[in-house]
Amino acid sequence: MDNFYNVGAERDYGTPAVPAGDTAMVSLSIDGMPVAVAEGTSVMRAAALSGTQIPKLCASEDLEPFGSCRLCLVEIEGRPGYPASCTTLVSAGMQVRTQTPRIAELRRNVMELYISDHPLDCLTCPTNGNCELQDMAGAVGLREVRYGYAGENHLHEEKDETAPYFTFDPSKCIVCSRCVRACEEQQGTFALTIDGRGFASKVAASQDEDFINSECVSCGACVKACPTATLSEKSVIEMGQPDRAIITTCAYCGVGCSFRAEMQGDKLVRMVPNRDGHANHGHACVKGRFAFGYATHPDRITAPMIRDSIHEEWRQVSWEEAIGFAAQRLQDIQQRHGRKSIGGITSSRCTNEEVYLVQKFIRAAVGNNNVDTCARVCHSPTGYGLKTTLGESAGTQTFDSVMQADVIMVIGANPTTGHPVFASQMQRRLRQGAGLVVVDPRKISLVNSPHTKANYHLQLRPGTNVAVINALAHTVICEGLEDKAFIKERCEAEAYATWRSFISEQRNSPEALEPVTGVPAGELRAAARLYANAGNGAIYYGLGVTEHSQGSTMVMGIANLAMATGNLGREGVGVNPLRGQNNVQGSCDMGSFPHELPGYRHLSDTSTRAMFEKEWQVQLDPEPGYRIPNMFDAAVAGEFKGLYIQGEDIAQSDPDTQHVYAALGAMECVIVQDLFLNETAKFAHVFLPGSSFLEKDGTFTNAERRISPVRKVMQPLSGMSEWEITAALSTAMGYAMSYSHPSEIMDEVARLTPTFHGVSYARLDELGSIQWPCNDEAPDGTPFMHVGEFVRGKGFFAPTPYVATDERSNSQYPLLLTTGRTLSQYNVGAQTRRTENMAYHNEDRIEIHPSDAEVRGIVDGSWVGIKSRAGETVLRADVTERIQPGVVYTTFHHPESGANVVTTDNSDWATNCPEYKVTAVQAYPVSQPSQWQEMFQRFNQEQQELLQAGRREPEVLARS
Amino acid sequence: MTVKIEKLLKMAEQITANMAFTGDQEVVAAKVADHLNRFWDPRMKAAIKAYGEQSPEQLSPPLQAALVQLN
Repeated sequence: MDNFYNVGAERDYGTPAVPAGDTAMVSLSIDGMPVAVAEGTSVMRAAALSGTQIPKLCASEDLEPFGSCRLCLVEIEGRPGYPASCTTLVSAGMQVRTQTPRIAELRRNVMELYISDHPLDCLTCPTNGNCELQDMAGAVGLREVRYGYAGENHLHEEKDETAPYFTFDPSKCIVCSRCVRACEEQQGTFALTIDGRGFASKVAASQDEDFINSECVSCGACVKACPTATLSEKSVIEMGQPDRAIITTCAYCGVGCSFRAEMQGDKLVRMVPNRDGHANHGHACVKGRFAFGYATHPDRITAPMIRDSIHEEWRQVSWEEAIGFAAQRLQDIQQRHGRKSIGGITSSRCTNEEVYLVQKFIRAAVGNNNVDTCARVCHSPTGYGLKTTLGESAGTQTFDSVMQADVIMVIGANPTTGHPVFASQMQRRLRQGAGLVVVDPRKISLVNSPHTKANYHLQLRPGTNVAVINALAHTVICEGLEDKAFIKERCEAEAYATWRSFISEQRNSPEALEPVTGVPAGELRAAARLYANAGNGAIYYGLGVTEHSQGSTMVMGIANLAMATGNLGREGVGVNPLRGQNNVQGSCDMGSFPHELPGYRHLSDTSTRAMFEKEWQVQLDPEPGYRIPNMFDAAVAGEFKGLYIQGEDIAQSDPDTQHVYAALGAMECVIVQDLFLNETAKFAHVFLPGSSFLEKDGTFTNAERRISPVRKVMQPLSGMSEWEITAALSTAMGYAMSYSHPSEIMDEVARLTPTFHGVSYARLDELGSIQWPCNDEAPDGTPFMHVGEFVRGKGFFAPTPYVATDERSNSQYPLLLTTGRTLSQYNVGAQTRRTENMAYHNEDRIEIHPSDAEVRGIVDGSWVGIKSRAGETVLRADVTERIQPGVVYTTFHHPESGANVVTTDNSDWATNCPEYKVTAVQAYPVSQPSQWQEMFQRFNQEQQELLQAGRREPEVLARS
Repeated sequence: MTVKIEKLLKMAEQITANMAFTGDQEVVAAKVADHLNRFWDPRMKAAIKAYGEQSPEQLSPPLQAALVQLN
């Protein structure tokens, strides 16, 4: 088994592997040695697989062969000339010679030309020791450059240092096109090109612009692809080459990319996407690749702190004192107000093991079920909707499945910003010709991106999702496009008959619903036909589906549509929720919801409860506890007094900020376990310093149900791991927890959870990652769910009547506000705002259509007041046609923006997931901040002063 | 009506409206009761039940029928 804590350099076989399948094997000889490889393999790869590295510069395993550098020439018996081994495929009986005197001479000649126009500053070059050009000069035995160095050259080209994380030094460029091809093939942005011809050829970003002003999205694919120092990470320029790598998993979005954390001692030099990563296959985005500086930012709080009231100075104390203080306060509240007067919130950013422990702490040590997770405010309707219809609260596919999809339907998701690495894969499939339907109020970039264009963009009015999904299903049924055999074999007949009768009603027709949805009936019908006749139709959806008053209904509507068209239970199809945060799936799997135990088993199930009671040696409360919004309401009513919050900034992320502030302010003990003094921590009495993902051993579970290892690359800055903090708090509350390593926590999860029975750290090391269910029936995990049979047995067609939200525009609030996120910032921005990503997005703006702006006297960049029935805030205007008339849009990455001051307490009927996506508002020009923003500034100032005054010796962490 | 009851009532009526299609009032009431029993904290159920007994006219008929069936 590999030691994942100290892995060597990635091996590059030169050209991509032939996709696994029933490929015939081809026998040939290379330098006289017999070799057998899959048909379609290049000669270069065949040689590499048999241990011979043919010199190369323009070739990379991550890219399609290009054949431009002329260094990988070989001789092939019976063929004229010297073909490039990267673009030549193997054939039966082929006899290849990779090294002959003539080839050696040709390669030296090629290298000689390259080096004649290359600065000879190897000793001071950032890639010294890790430069393919340097390696190839050595490999071909270059000893002299007969042309000299005085001729015309590119050595004085100006360096572009505008991008925050990497530099572009054209003087070192060999114009191999690897960066251009990486931008096209891997990322799909097409921001780079080779400008000019011949000697004038050069890499250019967009229309020969600076990188920062170009279309470049800073994914880093070009930097990884570059064989020289032309594109170099600034961290490598500053620190030098790393000496080892540790395989771990990104802590940003729900794609869950695998990375090589490349280190010097305990200092992280760079994060490089892992080519063997099962979710990302060597690709990354600007967040995972570069935005890790927050982990060692000076704002990190690394010592525990306590205070009696939120208007007092913080006091730094020992871990023992902080834990004792917290336990005492919680126990005191319980004595005075009852066992159920306190609760906890688990984090979708923390590991499965940490989340499991917090819910165990609440259920076993605190003795109630007042535990919830931030998935409440994002994907709780996914849990409810998919469990009801299909039988399991999870997505049905692998990400790779999209490469077999014929038609892709994206509903209420913006993958290029929220899930960029998966978006790149999806765009790859779209460029191969798959159809695309986008259902979104905004013209997201997928609608019209380089070399892809949506067949249909159903630009619905916010709040009418269910009407649209019903109209799509109506079209499928009434036009006879359903998969009758699938429905008959796989679904409950009675429920289907009821649903069919409902969906066939005229009120669900595209024509009847057009005035409601704003989507032209003809377009909607055409989109339904495209999806239903696809062969393989795959639906991907995001928070634009769930964060509505009918979020759960919409999820069920999506499942109904997939079942009706037979698009479940195999590769290329499915219902795929794109999870926002890295461990949303995991936090739900681990039993964070107040009504269910790990593995989505309801508390009322006596046999499940008995199993946990036996393992945990406690009596469990069989009744559900409070959800997060219920906790807030109870706190405001004076009935809920204490909260333990793990890695979640509810004061910024949850809706109706003023209500959240009132709830937090009403509690007697708020315990925050986090990296920074976030907005919630300003209301806290106990601050327990948490750890970044770089300081942890554990696992994250991504949107594909893929459990991936998180490995510690540096010690926790606070001296205590997060799972140890929870265990210590539990022990101090009288319920001892004694684990020696997170692997023991996963072993406990596996013992108690049927879908995790086969999961262990040893198996994760062996397989790299595992998609649950993983048990005796599926020892290596489950790439595709519901094959042959749904988890619940027969699929259930749930009725999905459209019930309009109460949140409607009127004369007072004539616009509908919807919210979302940007590529460079992550959620509340606590991490990304403390990185150079601020260069891309340093404020939240309000997007407004030119016609709505004009009638209000709003101009681009001016200050705009946004008022709803919940509150008022002020943002700068972004006047754009991305948004339709009548709708405005903003992000929520910056606390002072107060986006959630405006959002209301409306929520999904089944799960209380907030209706972030629909708020009736008015917009108007203003010249000063809102009252709330002024209050925020004062409160923030006070809390920063209380923090600084209380820090005995403010720790300044050197940036690594 | 307190803010707390107002919110609980809104949520319960929302559940009822979304269950309305599933059958006659008896069926809807049973489904609403089952939903509340499965997902609501007992204190929330007790509060709305008490309010329903006090002011039944403020509740839709299926919700009234559902509250009788709460655990």
